[in-house]
Amino acid sequence: MKATVLVRPKPGILDPQGKAVEDSLRHLGFKVDQARVGRVLDLEVEATDPDQARAEVERMCAELLANPLIESYEIELAEKS
Amino acid sequence: MTEAPPRIAVVVFPGSNDDRDAALALEGLGAEPVLHWHAEPELPEVGAVVLPGGFSYGDYLRAGAIARFSPAMSSVADFAADGGFVLGICNGFQVLSEAGLLPGVLRPNESLSFVCKDIPVRVERNDVPFLAGCELGQRLTIPVKHGEGCYFADTALLQQLEASGQIVLRYDGENPNGSIDDIAGVVNADGNVMGLMPHPEHAVDPLLGSADGALILRKLVESARERQLAAA
Repeated sequence: MKATVLVRPKPGILDPQGKAVEDSLRHLGFKVDQARVGRVLDLEVEATDPDQARAEVERMCAELLANPLIESYEIELAEKS
Repeated sequence: MTEAPPRIAVVVFPGSNDDRDAALALEGLGAEPVLHWHAEPELPEVGAVVLPGGFSYGDYLRAGAIARFSPAMSSVADFAADGGFVLGICNGFQVLSEAGLLPGVLRPNESLSFVCKDIPVRVERNDVPFLAGCELGQRLTIPVKHGEGCYFADTALLQQLEASGQIVLRYDGENPNGSIDDIAGVVNADGNVMGLMPHPEHAVDPLLGSADGALILRKLVESARERQLAAA
């Protein structure tokens, strides 16, 4: 089963990378109010049922993929195509 | 019979690069450093542990996030739980905070630039063993060199750390990385685990520009000696 994890800096956390991207976009003439930079992890998880896969990926996030002090995460699941 | 020098483990991760400097500095202060490869789960018989600077696992994901799962780290946690002294320098600080042995987290510098310079830090507490050799409010000059040294804790955690006296070093005058409240070093609740971004091992001789780092490392050597004597 494929799982995608989106890790984002929590709201209110200073994101210097996002700020640099935001400034560059403005410099290029784009009208941008805010840019935040996170991380995408594409995983292939050994699981047949989505609940099991989600529980497994939740544990991965808690143990390694995100630091709860500064990051939030979302999990998206898709059947292997 | 002369007393055996206190043994101090310096844990070497793939990507550590200040392990030898830490070992040299400790040796100069009368200790016997033992370089300990991270894949070995059991720590040797030592009186203290240093997690050195560097870029363990290339700082992938988040600095320190992967090294904290190294086999040696559960022994380090056990050693700390038993009251042993553990010092994390730079990347070692990042590893200890990711491992939950120290509060908070180190994030990429606010400037997004790597910073490498001598920097003044102020001693905020000298009632913790690591800083007992310093005067309260003493200004130490110790170099920093890091890309991810921006200390962060949320408001609740910061208040808790203030109340329990766990913020032990602050940048004095110039904050090189955007750390919240200028925090440069913290200890755990029991005071036997400390992490700091500046590199005391690079400041142990006036020839290096400063010997202020020796004030901290000497205390680590002393604590290792005491622990070893107590165990003998």
